[in-house]
Amino acid sequence: MRPFEFTRAPSLKEAGSLTAASDSMAIAGGTNLLDLMKLQVETPSRLADLNRLGFAQIEDTDDGGLLLGALATNTETAVHPRVRRDYPVLARAILAGATQQLRNKATNGGNLCQRTRCFYFTNIDQPCNKREPGSGCGAIDGIAKLHAILGTSDQCIATYPGDMAVALSALDATVLVSGPGTDRSVPLREFHVLPGDTPWVENVLERGEIITGITLPPPVGGTQLYRKVRERSSYAFALVSIAAIVEIADGKFTRADLAFGGLAHKPWHDPHLADALVGQAPSRELFDTAADILLEDARGYGENDFKIPLARRTLHAVLQQAAEDAA
Amino acid sequence: MAEPITVNGTPQPIPDDPRVTLLDFLRHDLGLTGTKKGCDHGQCGACTVIVNGIRINSCLTLAAMHEGDSVTTIEGLGTPDEPSPLQRAFLEHDGFQCGYCTPGQICSATALLQELAENWPSDASEKLEGSIAITSEEIRERMSGNLCRCGAYANIVAAIEEIAAGETA
Repeated sequence: MRPFEFTRAPSLKEAGSLTAASDSMAIAGGTNLLDLMKLQVETPSRLADLNRLGFAQIEDTDDGGLLLGALATNTETAVHPRVRRDYPVLARAILAGATQQLRNKATNGGNLCQRTRCFYFTNIDQPCNKREPGSGCGAIDGIAKLHAILGTSDQCIATYPGDMAVALSALDATVLVSGPGTDRSVPLREFHVLPGDTPWVENVLERGEIITGITLPPPVGGTQLYRKVRERSSYAFALVSIAAIVEIADGKFTRADLAFGGLAHKPWHDPHLADALVGQAPSRELFDTAADILLEDARGYGENDFKIPLARRTLHAVLQQAAEDAA
Repeated sequence: MAEPITVNGTPQPIPDDPRVTLLDFLRHDLGLTGTKKGCDHGQCGACTVIVNGIRINSCLTLAAMHEGDSVTTIEGLGTPDEPSPLQRAFLEHDGFQCGYCTPGQICSATALLQELAENWPSDASEKLEGSIAITSEEIRERMSGNLCRCGAYANIVAAIEEIAAGETA
């Protein structure tokens, strides 16, 4: 690692000013950042340690929802009684990611900010517009098995790698952010952004802004599933994953909140899917219509062409299982 | 003045260079070479230690982030004369060949027993709530952060299963 100055942030306000400079970064769990610093993908001059700021609470909100502190670990979140009971899709998504050791250290705020596992991004000898703007994208004509099929640009086809945020997208969670000027709330579905011409911008956080928590709306019940398709059955990133919250009444879908991992630069949520499914009876034809909507603009880059039919089949399987479970 | 970090019961000063990972602190500064550096990127689990009762990869955390914390390494779990139950089970079941991953495997499995006792679910658990059935699938999933290049997995699982079954019987 390159030398850096290490400061324990004594307060949220000072954490903001410590991380306001472009060569400063915040560290919480560190499981992703320290890895990238060893690879010299990240070379901050200053690290502000957020770990003693609090924000590790998991507590009920006034409206019956749940606040997940930014510094609560992934494990603390997945094993929390209310998460297991009321938001099982979130518990399942977290447990499907990484390893117990990593989940024990990784925080909720850090998880939202984790970087892509694109091989070109993590290898400083390779071109990458995300790491080094203007150097090109090695993945577009290269090794692209893990890469995106939706929302890509000619600058970047990287995926957001996480599982937790996919469930948070299906749950329509909100990210709480504290900034130098004011505090704000950002819908999780708008927190991460597509690469466009600025692939180094991955979310809407401004310099000096710190995530303090994530709020979940009151529980909706229904059948909640997280299906993750990967190359080995544990400790691998998703090729395709789906978080689904589904309700059926009188033989028809009354809720179909779906979000997708492994397909794009952000957890993918398409409101047209719920529009197409709600009010309809489950059938193979209906599932195909939903897949057509999801994949209308999908584009493969050679090695990841398989993701297009895989996403279709995974969506079929999830909707079929949800329909059976909910019936 | 930084609060010390307690390692196997002994307080130790935090290193001056913030770049020192907890793993390098244990091995280089304290000479506790039981904890192993495999990949140094959180992929192999050879560096697993127990911090405040929780297992983590010591390669992916800075010693400076652990002021006031209590760390247990393989040296703190047992001795050749008085091995911990898991250490004894690894010997009896031949749960290793070269031995390089073994300290991480045993630290990981030691914390796993506590996680099972608290009924934390895993990706392999049928239900998220209630007690966890101890099966080899559960143990394999929970140990997926510890690689063994010799492939002694069957015996590692057998060793852990014996102790886990005994603890909950």
